[in-house]
Amino acid sequence: MRVLAAMSGGVDSAVAAARAVDAGHDVVGVHLALSAKPGTLRTGARGCCTVEDAHDARRVADILGIPFYVWDFAERFTEDVIENFVATYAAGQTPNPCLTCNEKIKFAALLDKAIALGFDAVSTGHYARLSLVDGEPELRRSADIGKDQSYVLASLRADQLRHAMFPLGASVKADVRAEASSRGLAVAEKPDSHDICFIPDGDTRAFLGRNLGERPGKLVDAESGAVLGEHAGVHGFTVGQRHGLGIDAPAPDGRPRYVLALEPVSGTVKVGSRDALAVREIVGTRPIWPSGRALESTVDCVAQVRAHGSTAPAQASHVDGELTVRLDEPLRGVAPGQAVVLYRPDAGGDVVLGSALITATGR
Amino acid sequence: MTYLDHAATTPMLPEAVEAMTTALTACGNPSSLHTSGRRARRVVEEAREELAAAVGARPSEVVFTAGGTESDNLAVKGIYWARTRAEPARRRLLVSSVEHHAVTDAAEWLAEHSGAELTWLEVDDFGRVHEDTLRAAIAEDPDRVALVSVMWANNEVGTVNPIRELAKACAEFEIPFHTDAVQALGVLDVDFAASGASAMTISGHKIGGPYGVGALLLGRDVDCVPVLHGGGQERDVRSGTLDTPSIHAFATAARIAVEQRERLAAELADLRDELVAAVRAEVPDAVLNGDPGESTVDSGPSRLPGNAHFTFPGCEGDSLLMLLDAKGIECSTGSACTAGVAQPSHVLLAMGVGASAARSALRFTLGHTSTDEDVAALAAAIAPVVERARSAGLAGLRKSAAPAEVSPR
Repeated sequence: MRVLAAMSGGVDSAVAAARAVDAGHDVVGVHLALSAKPGTLRTGARGCCTVEDAHDARRVADILGIPFYVWDFAERFTEDVIENFVATYAAGQTPNPCLTCNEKIKFAALLDKAIALGFDAVSTGHYARLSLVDGEPELRRSADIGKDQSYVLASLRADQLRHAMFPLGASVKADVRAEASSRGLAVAEKPDSHDICFIPDGDTRAFLGRNLGERPGKLVDAESGAVLGEHAGVHGFTVGQRHGLGIDAPAPDGRPRYVLALEPVSGTVKVGSRDALAVREIVGTRPIWPSGRALESTVDCVAQVRAHGSTAPAQASHVDGELTVRLDEPLRGVAPGQAVVLYRPDAGGDVVLGSALITATGR
Repeated sequence: MTYLDHAATTPMLPEAVEAMTTALTACGNPSSLHTSGRRARRVVEEAREELAAAVGARPSEVVFTAGGTESDNLAVKGIYWARTRAEPARRRLLVSSVEHHAVTDAAEWLAEHSGAELTWLEVDDFGRVHEDTLRAAIAEDPDRVALVSVMWANNEVGTVNPIRELAKACAEFEIPFHTDAVQALGVLDVDFAASGASAMTISGHKIGGPYGVGALLLGRDVDCVPVLHGGGQERDVRSGTLDTPSIHAFATAARIAVEQRERLAAELADLRDELVAAVRAEVPDAVLNGDPGESTVDSGPSRLPGNAHFTFPGCEGDSLLMLLDAKGIECSTGSACTAGVAQPSHVLLAMGVGASAARSALRFTLGHTSTDEDVAALAAAIAPVVERARSAGLAGLRKSAAPAEVSPR
């Protein structure tokens, strides 16, 4: 197959590309330039968008003996990922930009271009297992459960996954680093990236403040309706957040208070007790079925509501493009704007059944 | 391999390789006073005379540098500083809008850090600076102009500028005139004295010499503040131990390039016309950018003989480049690279080409090793490549399925 290896300059996509070469594919490496003004050197925890990262990717391609190009997707990335990120926060929701990037950039804009240019697949360094079962894609959790990225890939449709390749799915990170080292790739010890790539200093609230300005509103006790303080905009908050609320007086019962809900129109941030965060029902819109098969009846599954952790056994049903998930045990910090991903537990890696964008939650 | 990127760099001439390797075996710092030093110094001075003779300069006007970028920086910054030092009111810098980044970025740096008042000289749709444009810009305040810089021929689209007219306009107001002749040397009649320029940039690796060596031809009466300080070599304008082997090879290449210029230029022009005709035959909507090459400038060609620059509507340049590369055909998107990313070319934008069309550009440049087979290889490959890139270009524009509106309830 002709494979386009997306190479961020990190160790994972480097080893993924190497394995695609070893598998006998005709591989071309491409680094996506996602920032209109890339920094020269890496700063902070950022791990993909600098000139230095492009250089690292180029050096890996040299060693693998594959052609290498840098493609400019900065405009698309700004429109589809960054602006969406800001708008979602402004709407009082909490986006996952990595998920958006996979859905709109890597496996849409890039994949479309790759296919048109004669490639059969796009390979990335994501930790998730992908195979074809009866001709349909089956997406499973990674063998490295701590690194599993199936959550941020669950928004891909079957037609996207058919042209995707995740060569690291069956590996654990430690082995990937060891393999990079034995292959002589200089990125073997490169630190993992953590924060959002377009917010190099990791200060999301300051980034949103620069983009949205001040939109002052009130912090309100969800039960009593008492105004507890002022804030500079609902975009500074996420459901489940405890720190940085800026409330001077402790709660009457002395217990910590959490963000329960964000109301962007009135600018109200509702806070309350930890118990009030518990969610037993999740409603999602825009369901996506990686296997291509929509849920037809209520199914028992495990629901995950953010990128890491927070899973619970659940029953899910799908009616007219709306997914309803009843959780067997409550989850906290379920934020509209994030995805709910449904898994079928399996010893060979939980299988992704589908995902949807969380629009509402109930107790 | 079909190499169609001679404007980026061109293979070294065998004579230059020989000159370089011979000089590399001898030890000696040209600034040393002993026998070995004097021997090295002799090689450098003979090279200086050889180069000066080839480009119509006096030996004392040759300042060796590490290449085109350094020469451009030295000319723009050094002459600007010297002029403002002599007359503090002289802060106007007139620079064509299609210069190489070595000039534009140096000029912008002076505007940001050194008080320069920068005026971009407009170009016509071919990318040419006209004398009346320059005269009008000077006339706004002639006594405050520190320097004018206009390239001899454009590296992207190949358009040749009327250097003698421009230099003459500057001379009338006693304004120093710098020209970047990196692309012109070896294919156009580049004569420093006859051009009337105060300073001229030339480079080794564009003419069959080695990388990392160039020169600034600097008129004897042109004051220039050094950018590099140190041992005081090169008229105290450019310090640094002289690179004897590179300088020897550069001068050798320059002599041969100038000797062979007329024959090479005629051959390249014929081959270029073949290439343009072949591309147009295979891809009828391809647009040739820059001067059509059918007229004369300073009684020479109006377009660089080896340059063919096209836009292929609906295609992205980087797609075309990759597909041609995969077929063993090497060319360029012809634009400046940041992190290897093709930005829309400032040259095309200055010529009035739209931002999306500017992304559809591809530059093919011929040189002394080019053959009919190179053109034939491109002719055979270009139509399917353009067709494929066009479908990818459309794919790139297609938005993925629009998500449902999300509203909390």
